[in-house]
Amino acid sequence: MSRDPNDTDRAAHLRFWRSVEEAQGEVDPSADTIGLPTGRRDFMRLMGASIALAGLAGCSRPPLERIVPFRDGPQQQTYGKPIFYASAIARDGYGAGVLVECNMGRPTKIEGNPLHPASLGATDVFSQAAVLELWDPDRSQTVRAGGAIATWDASIAALQGRLRARPRGAGVRLLTETVTSPSLHAAIRALLGRYPEARWHQWQPVNRDNAYAGARLAYGTPLDTTYRFDRARVILSLDADFLDAMPGCVRYAHDFASTRAAHAPAERRSRLYVVESTPSLTGAAADHRVPLRARDVPAAAQAIAHALGAASDGPATAPVPAEWLQAVVADLSQSRGGCIVIAGERQPPHVHALAHAMNEHLGNVGGTVVHLPAAAAEVVDCTASLRELARDMHAGSVDTLLVLDANPVHTAPADLGFSDALTRVPFKLHLGLYEDETAAASDWHVPAAHALESWGDVVAFDGTCTLQQPCIAPLYGGRTPLELIAVATGDAQADARTLLTRYWSGRQPQDFDAFFDDALRRGVVPGTASAPQRPALRPFDVPPSTTPPGASLELVLTTDPRTGDGRHANNAWLQELPKPLTQLTWDNAALVSPALAQRLGLVNEDVVSLRVADRSLDAPVWITPGMPDGCVSLSLGYGRTRAGTVGSGRGANAYALRTVDAPWFVPGVSLVRTGRRYALASAQTHGRMEGRDIVRMVSVAQAAACTAQACGTPGYRDQRTLYDSPPFGPYAWAMSIDLSSCIGCAACTIACQAENNIPVVGKEEVRRGREMHWIRVDRYHEGSVQNPRTVFQPVPCMQCEHAPCEVVCPVEASVHDAQGINVQVYNRCVGTRFCSNNCPYKVRRFNFLQYSKDVPSLDAQRNPEVSVRMRGVMEKCNYCLQRITTARIAADREGRSLRDGEVVTACQAVCPTRAIVFGNLNDPQSEVNRRKNSPLDYALLAELNTRPRTTYLARVTNERHGA
Amino acid sequence: MAQVFSRRFVLLIRLGLLAALLAVVAGATAYRTLARADAPEDAPIRQPIPFSHQHHVRDDGIDCRYCHASVETSSFAGIPPLSTCMTCHSQLFTDAPMLEPLRRAYAGATTLAWNRVHDLPDFVYFDHSIHVAKGVGCTTCHGAIDRMPLTRRVASLYMEWCLECHRAPERYLRPHDRVFDVDWRPPADQLAQGAALRRQYGLRTTRELTDCSTCHR
Repeated sequence: MSRDPNDTDRAAHLRFWRSVEEAQGEVDPSADTIGLPTGRRDFMRLMGASIALAGLAGCSRPPLERIVPFRDGPQQQTYGKPIFYASAIARDGYGAGVLVECNMGRPTKIEGNPLHPASLGATDVFSQAAVLELWDPDRSQTVRAGGAIATWDASIAALQGRLRARPRGAGVRLLTETVTSPSLHAAIRALLGRYPEARWHQWQPVNRDNAYAGARLAYGTPLDTTYRFDRARVILSLDADFLDAMPGCVRYAHDFASTRAAHAPAERRSRLYVVESTPSLTGAAADHRVPLRARDVPAAAQAIAHALGAASDGPATAPVPAEWLQAVVADLSQSRGGCIVIAGERQPPHVHALAHAMNEHLGNVGGTVVHLPAAAAEVVDCTASLRELARDMHAGSVDTLLVLDANPVHTAPADLGFSDALTRVPFKLHLGLYEDETAAASDWHVPAAHALESWGDVVAFDGTCTLQQPCIAPLYGGRTPLELIAVATGDAQADARTLLTRYWSGRQPQDFDAFFDDALRRGVVPGTASAPQRPALRPFDVPPSTTPPGASLELVLTTDPRTGDGRHANNAWLQELPKPLTQLTWDNAALVSPALAQRLGLVNEDVVSLRVADRSLDAPVWITPGMPDGCVSLSLGYGRTRAGTVGSGRGANAYALRTVDAPWFVPGVSLVRTGRRYALASAQTHGRMEGRDIVRMVSVAQAAACTAQACGTPGYRDQRTLYDSPPFGPYAWAMSIDLSSCIGCAACTIACQAENNIPVVGKEEVRRGREMHWIRVDRYHEGSVQNPRTVFQPVPCMQCEHAPCEVVCPVEASVHDAQGINVQVYNRCVGTRFCSNNCPYKVRRFNFLQYSKDVPSLDAQRNPEVSVRMRGVMEKCNYCLQRITTARIAADREGRSLRDGEVVTACQAVCPTRAIVFGNLNDPQSEVNRRKNSPLDYALLAELNTRPRTTYLARVTNERHGA
Repeated sequence: MAQVFSRRFVLLIRLGLLAALLAVVAGATAYRTLARADAPEDAPIRQPIPFSHQHHVRDDGIDCRYCHASVETSSFAGIPPLSTCMTCHSQLFTDAPMLEPLRRAYAGATTLAWNRVHDLPDFVYFDHSIHVAKGVGCTTCHGAIDRMPLTRRVASLYMEWCLECHRAPERYLRPHDRVFDVDWRPPADQLAQGAALRRQYGLRTTRELTDCSTCHR
């Protein structure tokens, strides 16, 4: 018997684990599936009924299909071909460019806009899911007056009557989220000019108050600081999740990955140091990570600044390990002008100011760190602004309140008593996408137009402006904020497009039509990126550290990676997408460290009561490796009461513990066991490959010395096999995934879901391990449970050349085609599930139930190029066969071969870090071949001789010796 | 316990049950066969306007692409917008009662909904443009459309019918300039000519043309 060449390495590779139980060598209880409580008699009864009904269903003709022609064919529309419209989608007020794919007038899929600086062709998960939000049947569909159905005209009349009675606008208040739109800002200014006593408030729960206050402290003026991660060799993040939760994060992820890819040039390779209070994608990407209570981060920042010489005083004791501190300081000082210190938006202003001081001291400003004028049209302190509004409402001096696209009843800090104050306002009008908590508390509710239905404009993190154009007429007669402001100003007739062109023709008087068309087509308004500023650093005081003694627990509030601040709570794609670090779906949970859980005797799914002062909140516990000790983390975005059928009543409402003075870190929290349990759905042990050699990680030095024998797949390609070689045509499609680039954002999963009509299964089915994602992002840990290293691994179908699934299919529904794709023929499949059993990679997905329900508005989202699968059918990734075929037919029509890069899969297109490359193995010049020739290339479970077409590049880490 | 029925009677019951089962199966099979929507000799499908391809193609000599404009560029050949009909019918047959649905739809009062004649199952992804580009003529699948006063289907659209061509396309291939020619008839040496065209057009191998993924996804 030949010896497995991997035996020697195996012990080393077993160091990766996925759950705490696995790390401690126990059996994970969540790995069990849940049995159905169906008895034999029930089963027979059900089967009898379905056989009888199946017989009946066989006796009908297919219905006649109708074709309704256009009256006048639209000019750009070719029947059967999609059109892409350039637009932008805002996240927390900041725009990212997108291209919206429309099939016969229906927006079905979103791609990034390569011309847009915040996108470069990629998107985040929220932009991908926006198309589902558009078609969400729970969206607000009608104007309501006191809950009863009303008309737009009636709402106009009510609003205008109200304003006419207040000619100077006394008692009139406007509440919006952060406004970056230049046209909306101009309209609001016009409104305030006309009603001089009216006031405008801005509030959004995830805001940049701290960053702006920090810039004020350091420079005397609020600034948006942007970063050039592609130029940085050393990066220090002070609780900043710049890869996932910051304006411009998609662009940052792209730039960052260009210095991290497996084959990034050595002189550009960066090293990332992170201190953080909750495990995040940025922490997972770090070379050196220190988990730290949020309240200790300022002291850490001060210690580093002091050691660098950027601050005169240091703290008495640095909360970070001395050798770590030494390493950071040495690395930063050696990379003057080529490093970045970045402070998280949760951190107090003086941490931001310290980061500015360090960047100035290290000579980074103007190179890797670029200060721009704030993208927000008017910088206000959101918290102060809302507090002022609440105070005036309590005092009874507000009698007319317009709330545009905001949900303050749910998101206001708990100590403001916003809901109570709202009852004292006699006239409240709410414009929103959903009939949410604020709509329910308002007198009038007007449905808002979705971003994909709207004319508008929005500014990106670097100041670049994009004109938003509608891809479909408003489904429910929704209005944009611009239209509502125009109504309030007295112009009830103008539509959104007129209002937008009126504003922009004022800014661009000559050649306006050409300018407007060009800006729409490109998706960016040329020349709008902000010019860098070089303000002078001013001395500032750092408040003395007020760290309370170690015993008291601290609550860290975070933005949820899936539902954001709660606005995406009704999006089922996002709800079912496992959160990157916890792999939880459908709920939030109180994250605690393994040590804390042990101390308090808590296990996963125990419900605890989080108590601060007189407030309390019940939430289930999830033990999270890498959580700092003495710290509990809970995400905002859950506990909605009026989100819709998907989002209402899910999870715990963290806003209940959020106050004006402690918006992110709540000290003095106590955890009290309630004795109750709450079932959570986590995908962390699903699709487990039984501790084999799955993830490979090497250091830079190892990678440089790497030969195929040491790092890659040693000689497996030449193994002999009993099976026939698969047929080969001119194309042999293959994929390479770079684990060094992958940051685990899961945009690929949701892009695949949108592209391939993948259904959502719901929480109970996820608990049974039946989620349907064709590409999952597995998360592995290595090292101690206190502070492990984290690796993400996207796993689509491997498209094995010798596919184990094919030989066991009794009906040949799983077969190979001549392009090397292992295709699943849905209409042959009878659902034996043998293929899934025999798949070592666990990438096949079975429709246990009729997951694709017929909901008319959701049907409209479906990609017409992909079959919708029914119950009882197996399905899986097929390398976006529809995209291959479309490109191939286009090339065949022209009588040429496909060029490298002409076929882009959905997961590849959306990936911000270019971790996924797809192409033709038969083309020696192709990018995918170049990657596969790397010594870092390896196949999953290569010893099985399945010859996967999807392979991986080992993750390369860049640790500093001795740190 | 004593036997309730005699052996003979039990046998009769068994045979009776078997006969009943067979009758149900036979009935269902017969019904399905008769109810098949896609028998080749299907009668013309009823349309809101009795549109005659014979009149428009043979009598008037209108090219297929005048109405089916996207046949060379898209998977769907295209159904003409009403404005295409009205280029002529705003001048000709302006009062014909037969065209009342067209005029009403053009005036915006109603919509005009044609019934699809060639209705492929939803799991089949057929592309007109590639067939036209590779020398498959309109009449090869749609029959003598210029002789159809009312449009009907001449092909079964069964998978075996598709495969018959995909296995040996040289039997049907035409020169590019004859694709839209309704009068084209296969020459005597079609197999030789077709094989030459197959090489010229760079058709994929039969194995590739008969892969499941060619039409299903």
